[in-house]
Amino acid sequence: MNINLTLVVQMVVFATLIWGTMKWIWPQILSAMDERQRKIAQGLAAAEEGEKELSQARDKADAIIREARERANQIIDHAQHRANELIDQAKGAASSESARIVAAAQQQIELDTTRAKESLRREVAGIAVGAASKLLGREIDARAHADLLEQLAEEI
Amino acid sequence: MSAAESGGATAYILHHQRNLANEPARGIVDFSVINYDTVFFSVLLALVFFGLFWMVARRATAGVPGKVQNFIEIIVSFVDDQVRDTFHGASRLVAPLALTIFCWIFLFNFMDLIPVDLLPLVARGVGLEHLKVVPSTDLNATFAMSLTVFVLIIFYSLKMKGVAGFIGELTLNPFRAKNVVVQALLVPINFILESVTFLARPISLSLRLYGNLYAGEMVFLLLAVLTLQGISALAHFSGWFFLVLQFALALVWAVFHLLIITIQAFIFMVLTIVYLAMATEHH
Repeated sequence: MNINLTLVVQMVVFATLIWGTMKWIWPQILSAMDERQRKIAQGLAAAEEGEKELSQARDKADAIIREARERANQIIDHAQHRANELIDQAKGAASSESARIVAAAQQQIELDTTRAKESLRREVAGIAVGAASKLLGREIDARAHADLLEQLAEEI
Repeated sequence: MSAAESGGATAYILHHQRNLANEPARGIVDFSVINYDTVFFSVLLALVFFGLFWMVARRATAGVPGKVQNFIEIIVSFVDDQVRDTFHGASRLVAPLALTIFCWIFLFNFMDLIPVDLLPLVARGVGLEHLKVVPSTDLNATFAMSLTVFVLIIFYSLKMKGVAGFIGELTLNPFRAKNVVVQALLVPINFILESVTFLARPISLSLRLYGNLYAGEMVFLLLAVLTLQGISALAHFSGWFFLVLQFALALVWAVFHLLIITIQAFIFMVLTIVYLAMATEHH
């Protein structure tokens, strides 16, 4: 066991190895590790942010859905109301129309009846006039009178 | 298991204590000698470390990481946490330095878990007589690291505190006096105390690592001595007994050692960070 030239050689080898580690190994590995650490931190922050955004979006969607539902209910109510209105209107129109038709028919009937009565009356009068003239034209002839009366009565 | 030379256990262990060097050393310090095995394995392990991490770093993605990248990132973030806990200055050097120290020393130490005779046996096959596969059982390797760290400590101290501040830190603590003359007398005492503390850092760093790994390897070697007789011993019951005993004890020690090699790599790294933090912080 002795101290010899190996000492010097070993020092040179050691110094070279330190220099190499300092230049080509340590910075590269450490920067990769730091970079990864930063990435993970960023990823976690982004995940948290995303979760927050998701819950916000969910709230917003809920609000929109609620609003839409309200609006739909309003529309349905409105439509129902309008339908009832239309039905009422239609009912009113139909009943007034039917009343009008009935009235027109009654009028027609009355007119026809009046007209028939008129013509009847005119005929009766004619007959009466004829009978009277016949009656007045002849002397009282019981038999002829009776015949005339019978004839008149038959004609009425 | 290796029958080694016929010198028995002592020769076996001494044989394993020798590095593969260009020539035998003359004295305790001899800069004409170089340990080929230490250099070879430490460069090889440096390439393993650098290759693996560079492969990942080159294609490092901030997206979902693969299994290898995940594994590398666990180590990197572990080291990064240690540095952030202790070192509060801004430095592009300290964290990569800590990572290099931790991984490289761990790989050094991990070589200790390869069966002690396996690679030397292969080496003998290609004609190499001695081979020490664990670089951290070579003082040169551990001192090389601690001295490099020591140079960085001095560099950071001078850079952050200036020459005057650095000298002041070495001479004006721990004893202080209001009287200038008394203070002047205290300076040498302070300097002796502080320089011992200061110099103890690289020495304790390297010796702690070396001692732990040396002892760990020694335990494996001592266990291997149980079956030193080789295949021929299996003719007797005791041979089988020692074989099983070595296996069981080596297994237990390897599991325990796994803890030690990790802790030693960790300690070296943490102390380096602490020393550099002390060098950069004002008191």
